[in-house]
Amino acid sequence: MQIKVNEQDHSFAENASLGSVRDRIKSDADLLIVNGFPASAETVLSNGDQVVLIKRGETPGVEEFDALMTARHTPGVHATVKGATIGIAGVGGLGSAIAIALARTGIGHLIIADFDLVEPSNLNRQQYFIDQIGLPKVYALRDTLARINPHVRVTACHLRLTPENIAEIFGHAQVLVEAFDLADQKVMLIENFAERFPDRPMVTGSGMAGYGPANTVLTQQVARNLYLCGDATTAAAPGTGLMAPRVGVAAHHQANAVLRLLLGEPPDKEGKL
Amino acid sequence: MDIIFNGKAREIQDGICIQELLDQMQLDCMQVVVEHNNNIIPRQRLAETPLNNGDALEVIHFVGGG
Repeated sequence: MQIKVNEQDHSFAENASLGSVRDRIKSDADLLIVNGFPASAETVLSNGDQVVLIKRGETPGVEEFDALMTARHTPGVHATVKGATIGIAGVGGLGSAIAIALARTGIGHLIIADFDLVEPSNLNRQQYFIDQIGLPKVYALRDTLARINPHVRVTACHLRLTPENIAEIFGHAQVLVEAFDLADQKVMLIENFAERFPDRPMVTGSGMAGYGPANTVLTQQVARNLYLCGDATTAAAPGTGLMAPRVGVAAHHQANAVLRLLLGEPPDKEGKL
Repeated sequence: MDIIFNGKAREIQDGICIQELLDQMQLDCMQVVVEHNNNIIPRQRLAETPLNNGDALEVIHFVGGG
């Protein structure tokens, strides 16, 4: 009979026990799960069961992690995203959430840049923790990403991005994500990256403040190589604060736009690039 | 002369540059990305880039928040 163990197909004799599967595949496993539920070693398995064998506290190795990601992804996706380098300019509400989504997707290399430190007020929407207050955001985020997927390479740049250093910092980025807070900084980044790398796509965020309908947040192509995620109008202002849900919606529009670009599909519609 | 401004035909004054058009429209060049015939133009070059009949201009206005 066929049993899926840690996302890989294996053949076993009829009525094999969970313990015998553990002994053959991962003898030091101390948590055995069958079809989503913890089970004992004596459990008799049936054809088509899905078994997960875990040794508590152990980090899966590169190859095992790769196999898990490959199994969870549409065929062909994993190899493409694993070979990708993505730049993220600014790791506040947008950038921190985008980085986490892309790390979970298995992007091979993230370049993150920001000069900021984690402040208590950031915790209303940014992907940081109480025990990270005071740390440079890029280092705190690098630590968090390593806890999610230690096989994603993260280049963390604790600095202010300027017209002088953008091309150097993001020289290897296939796609640049703009995730700044201030409008003039968004414009500065886009102009300078486009001037140096006119054929590389950029994904920007504009208009995600407040708690208006999530459905007004869109992904649009606004220039030849520029995709804008947001409602394009709702600025952060007194009385219209930045809040986790809508910032998260825009951030994940951006992350999905990056993924679609890597896979050769236009971010704003069905089809091929 | 006529240009395509944000996807729509628009009549503008002859012989002006992009910066002059932005000024006439009271658009702040610090808050907009300008794409002229498929190329993004840095703000410091807006005043030296003339507009010609039939040009395509996209002006993308940005708001703060992130």
